[in-house]
Order: sequence, then structure tokens, then C-alpha cells
Amino acid sequence: MSEELNAKGYEIPPEMRNMVAVTTLDKLYNWGRRYSAWPMMFGLACCAIEMIATAASRFDLSRFGMEIMRPSPRQADVMLVSGTVTKKMVPQIVRLYNQMPEPKYVIAMGACASGGGPFKEGYNVVSGIDKFLPVDVYIPGCPPTPQALLYGLMKLQEMMEKQSIKTVRWYQKEDLPAIPVPILGPDLIDPRDFPEFQVKLAQAADQAQVEE
Amino acid sequence: MADTTLIAENDILARFPEGVSQDERKGYQGYIVAADRLVEFATALRDEFGYDYLSSVTGVDYLPEGKMEVVYHAYKSTGGGALVFKVQVPREDAVVPSLVGVYKGADFQEREAWDLLGIRFEGHPNLKRILMWEGFAGHPLRKDWKEAYFEEEKKPFDSRWPGGDVYRAEDKNPFGKNVVYPEKFDPEKWTPVGEEGFYGGLRGFDAGDGDEDLKTEQVVVNLGPQHPSTHGVFRMVVSLEGETVVRLEPVMGYLHRNHEKIGERNTYLMNIPFTDRLDYLASMSNNWGYVQAVEKLLGDKAKVPERAEYLRVIMAEFTRIVNHVFAIGTLLNDLGAFFTPMLYALEERELILDIFEAVAGSRMMCNYFRFGGVARDLPPGVYEKMRDLVFERLPRKIDELDRYLTENEIVRARCEGVGVLTPEEAIAYSAAGPVLRASGVPYDVRRADPYGIYDRFDFDVAVRYHGDVYDRYLVRLDEIRQSIRILQQALDDLPEGEIISGKPKYSIRVPAGEAYGRVEGPKGELGFYIVSDGSANPWRYHVRAPSFINLTALGKMCEGDKVADAIIILGSIDIVLGETDR
Ligand code: SF4
Repeated sequence: MSEELNAKGYEIPPEMRNMVAVTTLDKLYNWGRRYSAWPMMFGLACCAIEMIATAASRFDLSRFGMEIMRPSPRQADVMLVSGTVTKKMVPQIVRLYNQMPEPKYVIAMGACASGGGPFKEGYNVVSGIDKFLPVDVYIPGCPPTPQALLYGLMKLQEMMEKQSIKTVRWYQKEDLPAIPVPILGPDLIDPRDFPEFQVKLAQAADQAQVEE
Repeated sequence: MADTTLIAENDILARFPEGVSQDERKGYQGYIVAADRLVEFATALRDEFGYDYLSSVTGVDYLPEGKMEVVYHAYKSTGGGALVFKVQVPREDAVVPSLVGVYKGADFQEREAWDLLGIRFEGHPNLKRILMWEGFAGHPLRKDWKEAYFEEEKKPFDSRWPGGDVYRAEDKNPFGKNVVYPEKFDPEKWTPVGEEGFYGGLRGFDAGDGDEDLKTEQVVVNLGPQHPSTHGVFRMVVSLEGETVVRLEPVMGYLHRNHEKIGERNTYLMNIPFTDRLDYLASMSNNWGYVQAVEKLLGDKAKVPERAEYLRVIMAEFTRIVNHVFAIGTLLNDLGAFFTPMLYALEERELILDIFEAVAGSRMMCNYFRFGGVARDLPPGVYEKMRDLVFERLPRKIDELDRYLTENEIVRARCEGVGVLTPEEAIAYSAAGPVLRASGVPYDVRRADPYGIYDRFDFDVAVRYHGDVYDRYLVRLDEIRQSIRILQQALDDLPEGEIISGKPKYSIRVPAGEAYGRVEGPKGELGFYIVSDGSANPWRYHVRAPSFINLTALGKMCEGDKVADAIIILGSIDIVLGETDR
């Protein structure tokens, strides 16, 4: 363990290796997080079945310290968006994301979660979860094979490794605002679009005047 | 159930000299019933003619003629072909009497037709939207309703082919998202409909008899759509007295992916991979249902070669095994045996998926069937692998599963006598598949209305008689064994030869008309209703999804049971949300 943790340039006497490591706080912190990223137990569609297959014995997620899937967002570190995000479901997904404690990560698993996938043109389909949540890793495929999912998770681990407590967005002075929950109106309404609605209404009014 | 004094079918016109006529359009079949005679007609069908099982209800928007048509497919629970009847009403004022009073199974399907097509069913006890949310603008399956990313009526879109101009649909939408609002819509001047009304409607009436102190209060509990035991994004709202379920209402649509709207823009061939994603645990049987419907329209042009027929049976039965072991695994999950039985189930599943991957190129989304055959022949080595599985490993492993679970005390204590559905109820609610057969109705489409080459195989229809969760589990186990039997015969007899008739084509033209293809999917009768107008795209494409219709009886099954049992009752129905919500 210390081999991996040890910062370069510090010579540890052979008899103390495996017991002592000289390292940075970032490294220690990332090392701990990297091997205990608990995914949220949260299946949306077909991709979720491949996620279950990945958790089972043949592919075995526990090799990455990720076998503990938590049904509660409060105990989860990674949100695996595994399937088609529909307009009817997206308010709940955003709410779940807001309930997860930081540090938190989002993986878009499959074509649907990444960009709408085969059902993109559907009237009830959101064109990718990144329209609402910040996504860290995209995994292509329909569905991604378990191997692809594992590769994506390893990429996430690599990403965690490079982060620093000083710069990550959740340890800054200002509070991180929650993501506004979309509203189900005549169609899906993103509260962040409210200003744009006013612009559009003004434009329409102008046009009506010109026509008169 | 059927009795012996039934009137023969060809007497229908004699029995109803008025208000009922033969559907004379070319390529169509069945009867057209006047809206005001519908309830009477359906009652007679059920009681006098023996058509006691209403399989499918759906609507078709005949925009050019300005008509809205509701199509019903009824069967006898003793077997045989369909009786189709239709009601035609003007599009602008589409009101049809509800058949919920005659066939309870029409409940959700009528709600769906209201939601998506805007057909009002008069007399329906609870006519709300079911797949979309209350307050959504418009009825999306109407032919003149256009989605936000609308480009053209039919695929392939000219811009893509042969135009070759590829762009992101977002870039052309004013909000950069898949949304469209009514003109002059101002969200700040608008109040959401909210869920209060919904919960309020469920909160039951006080049971106390006037004495304030003795009143019991019912509690409304919401499970889902994010809940570890709802098998995906499904939601149940239960109103409870103590721990006992007084009423339960399923809420779905959280995975409504607009399968039918997309399917009506697609060409016929493009739809096959979409059917994979309906019941994503059983892609091969979905393929079969769809190609069967189209083959019915194509007629002799799509004669399936012998070898392909066998390959179809082999793949469909493997799919059934995959599905049932998975269903058993998840049922045990719901019982609290978290993930260990699932690991056993998934082990077998992986081995079968390896075969699918070798044959079709994909583990889950096989896209293997074609009109008039199958896509690929078996690669070398796969036949031996299949033999090994079917003759050696699977029978042993299923016995093992049986040994571990069936006599387990906790399994029995929790499952026996829970979620009971009587045979009469099961038929009335149009339940299908293992749910129907566990209630003592030996109805299996493979036997009742054989398709493909199922009439050649020797197998039993699994049936049990208590109609509870335990029997549904047992029926699945029995069915796996029967599937293994069929597989053994099919593998022994598998002939050499062609696997598809004619040359594979990208775009086929299908003669005008309607067709209803149905197969016995692992979850029950899976039907595809297709209306062709003679062009390269279906005019109407509807899926009769067993997961969806089996849920109609969920509320009934849960009434009076404990709330913890509602979870396993749901588990025993075995739903897949991709198919429920489509
Ligand atoms: S990417 Fe494909 S497999 Fe995954 S949810 Fe979407 S349609 Fe299903």
C-alpha cells in the first residue's frame, strides 16, 4: 500500500515499508476515496441490467471497492445514470443528485444518458443527463458492455486521483448552489430558462406589433 | 369460463342485425360496431360467444378520413383465434363508451388511449393520463401532433439520406433542448397541477362510525419511482390502514420512451432494434412478435425457411430461461435474500448471453430476427455449446435452484397465500403469462394459437392453481423445465439450409391492411398491432405489452395484504419497465 501512496523523493527504509508512508494530504485523501466510491443503486432502463451484470460474480465490481450500492442518495458517492432519462423522471433525478453529499460524481452510462440515444427524438426523452447535471464520465454503448462500464469506472478513479482539495468545486468558500429542479408543465420546464422565456415573449410581442 | 352453449361466431351479424357490420376495407378483418351498441355487443361477446379475454385495446388515428378508431382484440380463454371489433368516431370529438365494466383489463389500456390519442372513454372510473403527466400539452400519438425535434413525417429524413447532412437536433431547437411550449407560454404566470389532488384522491374515507375518537386515519405511502425494489422507475402509491393495504395505485410512465411515435416514423426494418429495447431482458421474443405481425401482412413473400424456424424457437426459449431465472433472482431479492440467489441466476444468464453474443453480436440487444428468417447463421462451435448447456448444465442448475429455494421455509411462509388472483379475476383483468397460468388458467399462446413451429414440439403448459406469489414462482420454474425440453427437441431436429427467404432488403413495402401478431413472451402475451397504408413506414404501430397489462390487477392483488407483501407481489408479476412504459 505504501508503495502506491508514497510521494516521490522520500526514501523509506526497507524495514519500514508497508508501514510508513510519506505523502501529501491530497494523495491520501484521493487514495481513500478512489477505492470506496459507492454507487447509488439506481437503475433507469436497459443499461441498468448491464450494471447488475457488472456487479455480479463474473465481472465483480467489488474489485474496485464499488460493490456497495446504496439505495439512498445520502450514502452514495457516484450516481450511475444507467438508461434513458425521461422528462417525467428528470425532476426526481435532479432531486436525488441534490441530496447526495459532496464529493459526488456522475457517470452517464450508455447512449441514452449521454445524449438521448436511440430514443432521442421522443417527446418524453431528455437529450442526455448533462442538460441538467455535470457529468464526469461518459460511457458509450447501447448498452455498454460490462467491460466498458468497468473501464469507465476506472477512468473515474483516475480522475479522482488527479483532484486536489484546494481546487475541487465543493471545498470552495462559496456554497455550491443546488441544481434547480425541473418542472413538469405543458412540457418540461427548466427554471434556469426563465429569463429566456421572457426574451421569447418580448420577441413575439414585437413581431405581433410589426405585423399590425 | 367458456360453457358449451356458446353461439358460433358467424352468427354475430345475425345476433346484431343493427349497429354491427363487417369491416370491408381491404386487408382488414372483424366487425365495426356503432359506439352506442358497444357495451351491449361486448357483453354478448363475453357471455354468449365465449370471448371472455380481452387482449388488446388501442386506437388508430385515421387523419385523412377524419376518424378515430378504437380496435379491440378478444379471445376465448380456451384457445383459438382473435375476434376483432372496432368503433369509429369523429377525430375532433372522440368519445367511446368504456368497456371497463365488461372487461376489467381494459382499464389501463383505455387510459393509455386517452393519454396518447385523446380518445375519451365515457364511463371509465378513473380516466387520467397514464404514461405522460397530468398537464402535458396535447395527445402525442395523434398524427397532427409534432414533437420538439420533429423533422419530417417519415424516415429516412431527406437531410440525412441521401443528403448526408448530419447535425444535432438540439441546435435547431430554440431552447437547445427537446422541448416545445404552447404559443405565448409564460412559466411565471402559470401554476403547476401538482400531485396534491392525486394523493388526496387516494386518502380513503374514515372507517369510524361517527365517533370522532374511533376514527382510524389512513396513511398514504409513496414507493418509488426511485426505490430499490420497484425493478426500475416504477411507482406505487398505497393507502394504508396500519400495515394493511387498503388501496394501491400504480403510477408509471417514468420510462415512457415514445416507442410508438418513433415506430410510426421509422421504416419497418428500423423498428426491429427498437423492439429489443422494449422488454430488454427478452429481446429475442420481442423481435419475434414484431416480425410475425409484419410477416402476416407480407403473406407468402416472407415464408420462413425451416432452419430459421428452428433457430427462432431456440432463441426464444433461451430468452425465456434467461428471463425466468432473472425473475426468480429478483423475487428473492425482494424477499430480502439480497443478491445471493441473484448471483446464481446471473451465472446461467451469462452463459446464455454468450451464445446470443456469438450468434447476434450483442449480449442484450440482439436484433436477430428479420422478415422471413433470421439475420445470421450459427457461427462454428456455438451449436455444441448450446447442446452442452441444454443437455448437461441447465437441467442440473435448475434442479439446484429448485433445491435451494422451493422448500425454503421463509420463501414459503412469505409467498403462500399472498397476492391471490382467482382464475375468473385473472381472465377479467386480461392477465397474461405466468400470472394467468399460476391462477389455474392453462392459456399459453404457443398452444392456444400456435405460431412458428410450436405445434411440432412436445411440451406441457405449466399451470398451478392457487394464484398466489408462490405459484407464480413455481410456474416460472416449471416453464424453464419445459423450455429445456423444447430446446432439446429443437436442437436434435435442427435442419441444415437457408436462414432467410429472398434477399435481405433495407426498405420493404408492406401491403395495406392491418395485422396483429402475438407470441408467448416470457412475461405473457406480447402483441404487435400494425396498420400499413402500403408505404415503407407503418401507419400505426402498437405494442400490447404484458408487463403493462398485468399491472392492471396489481391493486386487486395487494388489497388486504401487508405493505411489505406489495413488494413481493410486484416482484411476482415480473415487470420490465421498458415494456410497461414503452
Ligand atoms: S443506451 Fe441503449 S441500452 Fe442503454 S438505456 Fe439507452 S436504449 Fe437502453
